[in-house]
Amino acid sequence: MKLSSLQQIAVSELLNGFPHAIVLLDTGLRVAEMNCYLEALTGYTSAQARGVYGSFILRCNLGPKNQHFRKALETGEPISIEGNIINRNHKKIPIQFTISPLRSESDDIVGLLVVLEDISILQNKSQRIYDGTEVILGHSPKMQEVFGLMPVLAHTDASVLITGETGTGKDIIAEAIHKASKRARHPFIKINCGALPESLLESELFGYVRGAFTGAVKDKPGMFRLAHDGTIFLTEIGDLPMPLQVKILSVLDDKEFYPVGGTQKVKVDVRVIAATHRNLREQIQHGRFREDLFYRLNVLRIHLPPLREREGDIRLLLDHFLREFDSKLNKTIKGFTTNAHNKLLSYAYPGNVRELRNIIEYAANICQGKRIRSEHLPQYIFTSQTGNTLPQPKAYDIGQQEEISRPETSKARPGNWNDIEKEMILQTLTKTRGNRSQAAEILGWGRTTLWRKLKMHGFT
Amino acid sequence: MEKINKILITIQGNFVAPRFDMVSEVLIASTDGQKLTEKPRTILISRPSADELCSFITKEDIAIVVCGGIEERHYKYLSWTKKKIFDSVIGPHAEALQLVLQNRLVSGAILPGAVGGESSP
Repeated sequence: MKLSSLQQIAVSELLNGFPHAIVLLDTGLRVAEMNCYLEALTGYTSAQARGVYGSFILRCNLGPKNQHFRKALETGEPISIEGNIINRNHKKIPIQFTISPLRSESDDIVGLLVVLEDISILQNKSQRIYDGTEVILGHSPKMQEVFGLMPVLAHTDASVLITGETGTGKDIIAEAIHKASKRARHPFIKINCGALPESLLESELFGYVRGAFTGAVKDKPGMFRLAHDGTIFLTEIGDLPMPLQVKILSVLDDKEFYPVGGTQKVKVDVRVIAATHRNLREQIQHGRFREDLFYRLNVLRIHLPPLREREGDIRLLLDHFLREFDSKLNKTIKGFTTNAHNKLLSYAYPGNVRELRNIIEYAANICQGKRIRSEHLPQYIFTSQTGNTLPQPKAYDIGQQEEISRPETSKARPGNWNDIEKEMILQTLTKTRGNRSQAAEILGWGRTTLWRKLKMHGFT
Repeated sequence: MEKINKILITIQGNFVAPRFDMVSEVLIASTDGQKLTEKPRTILISRPSADELCSFITKEDIAIVVCGGIEERHYKYLSWTKKKIFDSVIGPHAEALQLVLQNRLVSGAILPGAVGGESSP
């Protein structure tokens, strides 16, 4: 590319008008011109860089032979690729490169225009919340609402109720709220209220004193005391047995409790975050959840949308998890074939982000090539009844009082998962003639899970 | 008797390699402070890795490192292990080596051979 001095000035000014770092390379891949944003990004001035090979100035990771630049020159097609550069201050910066061939009036390729978009800012803005290790991804309006609400939740000390379907990330949100709160330096204790039988759960939550029952040979502090000054996260609060609901209510009100078998009250300063995938108002109607506890927990509410309501996030999550597993499994998978990608975008994901992550983990393990094809995806997503049709959203209460009198909406509809699961349990129990251990083994669950599900479906 | 110092230059073809973490070849030279004491040799690195290259530099008892872009943690590690580092150097490695011997190389230098040369990096 030969430019007169006047033209160079004009080009340089033109390039400075764009909000991204830009470099013009000649057909020998030397720098012809670059704008002020690239000067700031690389630490080299235009005058220093002119005539030097672009790869020496950019110091990108797009391959030692400049394959992508050469490919754009040969094919005449623009290329967009993610990579990084190392600047003169020793900082590695993630970059989205867009490489476009430049043509002369006679349609000959005379050089390349390379746009470098610093994507670290984008990543920091909406993908990585707080400084926790967990990453919350989402660009959809509904997730932006959640992200907007989180700092508010973090800066108060009130109880929080997190609702959302299974696999939507309730645990991650709870931990992120704790990490961003003033209690961040203190413990974050998580307990699953649905995983333990009532008696065990009580001693886990409130601890016991020596001699309270056979085997209690020494005092046990309990989760509430361990979480002193920190946060206790009660997940699956909808499965909490009624007698314990009373005790939790009293802790929330008085900030003190009696350990099992104890005669002395223990004072604690704990913030409670609760989560459930159940409709608590429905539970109240059925007498399975205390209304007063619901109102006590429901001071601040955050509802996590199911994946099917998060427009555009499936694509983002697919790319994110593919990168994650590609790196973890030390593979070189570059993406999906069009068919596989379309299937993944149209699938309903009843198990939400957790299911999507598992699908990508499965595919990344199976795939031996550069792209994930349809045959690398789990077969059930092609046969699943919900695979091609988006299921109706579950009726989560959104806080309005009048919703209590709504007709039951999440009651098993014919063909929904509740029905299928109920039928599956019944069939297995019939097959094992009521032997629960065998049934649990056949179903691939633990005995406790089977017990919980039997209870949930009203079999006990 | 003059102390012998070992110089390592990360290379790509005839040039100083633009990135420390993507290097697959290095040049090692020994100097008594003024001239080379033996013919420089090149070594191929089996797998580009900044961590492994740092270990190699330590194991080989290199005193001077000449390289292109290098990440902060590797730069700090090498500085901490008392290596003299000339980073962000752009240009032919032969020119860089001459400038080291003449005690004239500086970090961030764009050497004359870097501009307008015909040989591709």
